[in-house]
Amino acid sequence: MIALQDVRKSFGRNAVLRGVSLDIPSGQSMVIIGGSGTGKSVLLKCILGLVRPDAGTITLDGQDVTKVERDAFLARFGMLFQGGALFDSMRVWENVAFRLLRGGAKQPKAMARDRAIEKLRRVGLTPDVADLFPAELSGGMQKRVGLARAIAAEPEIIFFDEPTTGLDPIMAGVINALIREIVTEMGATAMTITHDMSSVRAIADRVAMLHAGVIQWTGPVGEMDATPDPYVQQFIHGRAEGPIAAIR
Amino acid sequence: MSLLAPVAGLGRATLGLLAALGRIVFFTGQVLSHMLRPPFYLREFLHAVMQIGWFSLPVVGMTAVFTGGALALQIYSGGARFNAEMVVPNIVAIGMVRELGPVLGGLMVAARVASSIAAEIGTMKVTEQIDALVTLSTDPIKYLAVPRVAAATLTVPVLVAVGDVIGIAGGWLVGVNRLGFNSATYLQSTVNFLEVWDITSGLIKGAAFGFIVALMGCYHGMTSGRGAQGVGQATKSAVVAASVMILATNYLLTGLFFTS
Repeated sequence: MIALQDVRKSFGRNAVLRGVSLDIPSGQSMVIIGGSGTGKSVLLKCILGLVRPDAGTITLDGQDVTKVERDAFLARFGMLFQGGALFDSMRVWENVAFRLLRGGAKQPKAMARDRAIEKLRRVGLTPDVADLFPAELSGGMQKRVGLARAIAAEPEIIFFDEPTTGLDPIMAGVINALIREIVTEMGATAMTITHDMSSVRAIADRVAMLHAGVIQWTGPVGEMDATPDPYVQQFIHGRAEGPIAAIR
Repeated sequence: MSLLAPVAGLGRATLGLLAALGRIVFFTGQVLSHMLRPPFYLREFLHAVMQIGWFSLPVVGMTAVFTGGALALQIYSGGARFNAEMVVPNIVAIGMVRELGPVLGGLMVAARVASSIAAEIGTMKVTEQIDALVTLSTDPIKYLAVPRVAAATLTVPVLVAVGDVIGIAGGWLVGVNRLGFNSATYLQSTVNFLEVWDITSGLIKGAAFGFIVALMGCYHGMTSGRGAQGVGQATKSAVVAASVMILATNYLLTGLFFTS
């Protein structure tokens, strides 16, 4: 289980996280929703150690993430970045097999390539894509490659940062379905950041809403529509009027 | 209040400069410490050798040949004022190997390589590729900076050596074809005049300049701001910082090597 307790982070005078407390149970898919600039990505980066929180504790299975051995800790994670973050100097299969070609999980090149092609197939891409460069792919294909890379080493925990941003509704639906399938199939713990409500409904077991630097509401996805919380209601229905200022 | 404003501004600028220097020193320490500890990324190192060394050869060669030729013309016309035209081969040789080869080679590599490294790493930063490296259990300094810094430190002296030869050849071409020197005499004079330390000191300077160029490219790339403007600024800063540091280091090394 990932547990965040009173996590705070400021950038200069801008207090982004003002005491976030949240539990993400093992094997569950947690989706964090919230407006742009509310610190969703910062929260995720704090868990991974990409951003150091100013205060608060983050634990993974009871261990403080700042005190664990970094390589072993990161080996448990896979991440799909918002823009894919594919290495554009490498071929698609080398991106997918990046972790398998280096470090503790290093495999022979041929084996790593086979594994990469298997993962590309899993996300619906044909083997001929393997030898292309990321710049030769469409946005949707890049997301799929990013997803294949995230699951290549079969991590226990997968983070998805805005997985459907910039995709057409059909491709977004395909990516949502893939994420749901893969998370269920692998039994992984998932944390997704999005403001796409179709993603929330497709991916989430539980939902947490981040607003003004704190978790405003959290609960099972099935209770989201019925909650009287005015912040959640305004957000999920996309209303301009409500407690969340439209101009921030 | 207004009387103290300039002092406060000066203080802020000084603190900013010291903080930047501190960050560069810290980054240099990180790069050096990673150089000594495995894993070593041989493939990235060899790729950097090709990018920094091999592909810089044309620009360094062109710079050297024209510099050598111009130097021969200048020394000939200047030397004519006190009947010292015959020193052209000697001064071209010593000028190229001690000063112009390393400095101009270093500056050309700074323009070509520091900018490209800063732009590449800066773009990686703004597109979250550096964050992706971290999540894939790969240290960005070890993976991106160490191979480039090591490659530049080792290949720039080779570029300087090639530049020295081409520069001297440029002087020889001009000396023989325009200034009426005998070819064999020109070459003999060059070979007899140069000492091993003249060449070695230039190569040491080349290694130092290579280190500076790649270090500045990597540092400014990794500290790049957001968006296209941030990457543009990082690229500009890398070239300016590398060029100024090359010239300052050249002065220090020249003082160290030749004024004892």
